[in-house]
Amino acid sequence: MLHRIYAIFQARNREFMRDRGTLAWNLILPIALMFGLSFAFSNDRDAYTVGVLQESQEIDPGENAFLATNYINFVAYDDLELALRKIERHQLDLLVAFGDDPKYWVNPDSPKGYFAEIALLHAGSNLEDSIQKQQITGEAVSYADWLLPGILGMNMMFSCLFGVGYVVVRYRKNGFLKRLRATPLTSLEFIIAQVASRMVLTMLITCFIYMGTHLILGTRMDGNYFTLFLIALVGAISLVSLGLVVSARVTSEELAGGLLNLINWPMMMLSGVWFSLEGAPEAVRMAANIFPLTHVLNAARAVMLDGATLVDVAPSLLALTAISIVFFALGAKVFRWSQD
Amino acid sequence: MTTALEARNIVKRYPGVLAVDGASFSVREGICFGLLGPNGAGKTTTVEIIEGVTKATSGEVYYYGEIAADRFRQEAGIQFQNTALQDFITVRETIEMFRSLYERQADFDEIVEQCSLGDLLDRDNRKLSGGQRQRLLLAIALVNRPRLIFLDEPTTGLDPQARRNFWDLVQNIRAGGATILLTTHYMDEAQVLCDEIAIMDAGKIIAQGSPDELLQKQYDGLIIELPISDLTDDLSGIEHTMYENLGIIEVVTTDVSESLNRLAPHVSNLNQIKIRQPNLEDLFLDLTGHSLRT
Repeated sequence: MLHRIYAIFQARNREFMRDRGTLAWNLILPIALMFGLSFAFSNDRDAYTVGVLQESQEIDPGENAFLATNYINFVAYDDLELALRKIERHQLDLLVAFGDDPKYWVNPDSPKGYFAEIALLHAGSNLEDSIQKQQITGEAVSYADWLLPGILGMNMMFSCLFGVGYVVVRYRKNGFLKRLRATPLTSLEFIIAQVASRMVLTMLITCFIYMGTHLILGTRMDGNYFTLFLIALVGAISLVSLGLVVSARVTSEELAGGLLNLINWPMMMLSGVWFSLEGAPEAVRMAANIFPLTHVLNAARAVMLDGATLVDVAPSLLALTAISIVFFALGAKVFRWSQD
Repeated sequence: MTTALEARNIVKRYPGVLAVDGASFSVREGICFGLLGPNGAGKTTTVEIIEGVTKATSGEVYYYGEIAADRFRQEAGIQFQNTALQDFITVRETIEMFRSLYERQADFDEIVEQCSLGDLLDRDNRKLSGGQRQRLLLAIALVNRPRLIFLDEPTTGLDPQARRNFWDLVQNIRAGGATILLTTHYMDEAQVLCDEIAIMDAGKIIAQGSPDELLQKQYDGLIIELPISDLTDDLSGIEHTMYENLGIIEVVTTDVSESLNRLAPHVSNLNQIKIRQPNLEDLFLDLTGHSLRT
């Protein structure tokens, strides 16, 4: 069994690595995006973001005049520690808590925090005398720091979904699968080889891109490399398995492309590749949890930007493992060598 | 002699089409068995059902007396009519990959020599000519030292020289003791290579036996061919079995002298007359009532 899996695995790796155009595209696109976007958005985000410490996820503008201020994005937090870490990283410009003992937290090194503080104290809510100021210090998280996991995740998503989904459908359409079916190779062996091949190639490419951008742009890494590698690995398996489900029976490359794009685009928009879903409606954030990429990016950012440990990201890893098992089992169950 | 393969009452029904209609035949060990018929006759479907790559609606396939299963997959070698190979992979790597899928493995150098691929080992699959590609596909079919080899229209699209070379290869393989099941719509190919044939049309086996047996059974005599353009009047008064095909009148006769005497007054140029033995194409024409569709 293993020698058959290895034979298919090796052949697929060779096919990919020698296809210079595809290989170059897989490497150049994410690097170009990373450099281009980090340059274009080097001045960080445009809007002010202020956290509001409260139990409810709904912001009530009637509670305080400050909450009705224009051009500020208010995000509810019920976890003080998390919100303070974001102040520390300049990901939040200000954190405010209203109620009997009003307080606010600001990073004195954050220019946007400075202006957000002025807006708070002059919002006409007479807080200036009563509210307590707390200072939090820490190094800013740049847009490049925040964007890097997103770009890596997006590249993984395309590589895994199209690398398995599209290729298996092409093999089926051109009769290569039919030829393999006439050998002792089982469908499970073929699937394992395809998943393993794509997983290894994706990990190699992801590591290469990460090291390149990390070394050149000096992006932040507060956590452990092994934990980050594990997240990428389980994430790659989950995405490859999703591609396998799409390709399990489809015989048309056009249909496969359409189905893969149907998955790619919502996942890219809702998983936090380009922008955070903080402040988005609860339903949208819940829906985003369906996508494996959401868990990959949340966990990767937690490790890279907040120094999260393996235990901290265990829920995301478990979710990715569960998604992988479900998709792989489904893909293996419905897989057909040919249309017949 | 041992029966290597037996197909029993194979039926394949697609929506609105009965592709194979109860095909049954058996193949003795060590022979080259030809499954003949025009395109659309159902021979490729029948063979793919036997090979296990297409599911039959009903019917069974036996390999050395057992339902064809794991042992069959290990011991059968298959060359499909059209097989895409992986891009960017060399001939050597392709053979090695397929070889790795089997427990029984042929010697790599022997396959390469047998299929004359020595100079092509490092060539990308995409850069092979039609004949080279067919030789590679045959090599893939030989990687497991097969006891039974399926060749599905292996010379379609090849030039005459490449076809002749391929025939030599097949004859060498057969001389090595393997059983061969060949499908083709080239009757000359079947005549050269096959010990036994089955003719298939509209999903059914309509004749089976050795080419000589079938021809002797069907024809008692020779065929006189004469161009229609050389006829001076019609031949309606002559009592002979006659076929018209591509501007040629074919007259079946047991007494060539007598027939020539009768035909001579109706023909302007006797130099164009040919006398020949009946062949499989004639047999097919006679059995099916229509010419070969290609």
